Amino acid sequence: MYPGERELIESRLTCSGLRVLEGNINPLVASESGGYNAVVVTPGSKLKQAAGLSSEDLLDVYATMLLVRALDERVWALNRQGKAAIVASCQGHEAAQLAAVWALKKNAPDYMCFTYYRDLAVTTAQGLTPLQSLLGFMAKDKEPLSAARQFPQHGASLPLKIINQSNVIGTHVPHAVGWALAKRLQQEETVVACFFGDGTTSQGEVHEAMNFASIHKLPVLFLVENNKYAISVPQSKQMAVDKISIRAAGYGMPGTTVNGTEVKESYSAVSYAVVRAVNGLGPSLVEFDVERYLPHTSDDDDSIYREKSEIEEARKRDPLLLLRAQLVTDGLLSDEHDEILRELARTEVDNATDKAEEAPYPASDNVLRHVYGD
Amino acid sequence: MATNDLKTMTVIESVRDALWGEMQRDPSVFLLGEDIGKRGGVFLATDGMLDEFGPERVIDTPLAEAAIVGVAVGAAMAGMRPVAEIQFADFIWPTINQIVGEAARVRYGTNNALHVPMVIRSPYGGQVRGGLYHSQNVEAVFAHTPGLKVVTPATPYDAKGLLKSAIRDDDPVIVLEHKRTYRSVRGEVPSTDFTIPIGSADIKRLGEDATVVTYGLTLHFALQAAEELSRDGYDIEVVDLRTVRPIDRDLVLSSIQKTNRALVVHEDNITGGVGAEICAIIAEEGFGFLDAPVMRCAGPDIPTMPFAPTLEAAYMPTADKIATNLKRLLEY
Repeated sequence: MYPGERELIESRLTCSGLRVLEGNINPLVASESGGYNAVVVTPGSKLKQAAGLSSEDLLDVYATMLLVRALDERVWALNRQGKAAIVASCQGHEAAQLAAVWALKKNAPDYMCFTYYRDLAVTTAQGLTPLQSLLGFMAKDKEPLSAARQFPQHGASLPLKIINQSNVIGTHVPHAVGWALAKRLQQEETVVACFFGDGTTSQGEVHEAMNFASIHKLPVLFLVENNKYAISVPQSKQMAVDKISIRAAGYGMPGTTVNGTEVKESYSAVSYAVVRAVNGLGPSLVEFDVERYLPHTSDDDDSIYREKSEIEEARKRDPLLLLRAQLVTDGLLSDEHDEILRELARTEVDNATDKAEEAPYPASDNVLRHVYGD
Repeated sequence: MATNDLKTMTVIESVRDALWGEMQRDPSVFLLGEDIGKRGGVFLATDGMLDEFGPERVIDTPLAEAAIVGVAVGAAMAGMRPVAEIQFADFIWPTINQIVGEAARVRYGTNNALHVPMVIRSPYGGQVRGGLYHSQNVEAVFAHTPGLKVVTPATPYDAKGLLKSAIRDDDPVIVLEHKRTYRSVRGEVPSTDFTIPIGSADIKRLGEDATVVTYGLTLHFALQAAEELSRDGYDIEVVDLRTVRPIDRDLVLSSIQKTNRALVVHEDNITGGVGAEICAIIAEEGFGFLDAPVMRCAGPDIPTMPFAPTLEAAYMPTADKIATNLKRLLEY
């Protein structure tokens, strides 16, 4: 328990925004009931109320999620056709990823996303088009992140605020912290979102990075997409705790676990962390409880280590189904509207696939370039 | 102060001089490492810099080498010029993931969207009674890695000029400072701002009869050996590589072309060391110049220098050992 935690004024957050109260700075701790503590700040702080998620936002999230799902399904098909050498899927993670991007877009003055290989929804929401992603999956010329030098989704685009240099698990976490440190030295306001999976939290560098970030109260969001599997190794063999978020206490930062298949809940938690970061209160850890519906990658066979029934059960909380149901319940989406959005997504992915298939591979004379700047 | 004001200083004083000057010159330069703040570094490379530049730019880090380098990589991606100190090169292994796996390939892996203008300074090498974990030579790993530059200054003049070049370089540079030279080697250094190009070797002693190619502490032993042999009438040229990646092939080859004999000397283990690459360069491009096989005098293949003084001396390629090898080369 943190000093001052008893003085927390608990307030259930809603997607209409964070309630802001005056008082002491307090950590974010998920309550057993699933609610969150309010952001509590000292008088005179510039802390603002976080922006809420409007109906239009939710529909935008839904349309993006449809596009990402169509694209994700397509790249698996391309892999099975021998046209995409390696594919990793974000199916089951979309709500958490999109909620995080929306929370950043709506609440951060500027931001940078340090992503990992399972973040297709993050990159798509950041503006990486299906064609650009497909050029990557098929290792084609004009792939924008690494010129097809790297696995799909790896490399960087500063205009798109995406950095995903490494295939080595967790090495990007200290990079995210260093980016935040640099921006502070440059006196630029920013928030750094660092995405990674549950297995990654076992890496020493992740511990070192979180410790460093918290010592310097850097504006970093450690966003853990916990799908309970690191390739085949279940969470019970990865760690002796149920919730990764409790580790945040060990670094002196707030941590919470949210239902990462649910957009509004994920959005609220990330918005809270963004507002904290913007106000100089330091890093936060948000753990998204998500599902992985497909094998680790196209090179994996999950039938060796997962029961079909387990995946079927997990599909009951498919973020796409949950969001659709929410929108229908709220009267924001009709069947006709839904079909139009699905058709738009299918068409975009179909057109992008055609173009990517026609695109040439990169010319081999590029292979020696950009080892050094000279 | 005159523009060419020369000061006699030690290597460590020259390192501090370079850091101080670069911190004043460029606000994007900052320092991070263990004990570099109030303590001023365990070798005093950053003595007084916390007071001068403040805790934002002189950061005492947790005892976590991978984070020191990983944070530096991220900050460099964002446009800063971090200078990270790894307190002893023996402690650099936890950062290999970040240096070899990440820093060295960020430019390539992002197709030039990002680059890493980062410097890692680290005291390396033995004959300081450092035992197995405070004596290591680590240069071969980094010299093997595309995307990195690796400098190994051996004199106060070179330490300042190369460190300044490293800080201004747009790619990651590993600056290995031989800790035995820190206080034992003195020399004249201009107070003015100057740089030495990375990748340029230097002839530290002109000669005609044979060439010693070396770097780091063994440069000084080679110079002693050359002096000793001059009493026997031999005229030895000593080439200081100064940079072990990229290697100054032209200067090495032109020296061999003149002397026709080469002895490659380094303190690091002999197998797979920088010297093996020098031998390969000479074999491939300078074979026709040779009157004798290229020879090597380097550390034996044991982990590194043991602690006991007798064992430490047994490891080190001393002036005597270099002289013995040179005689063998000259008499071939």
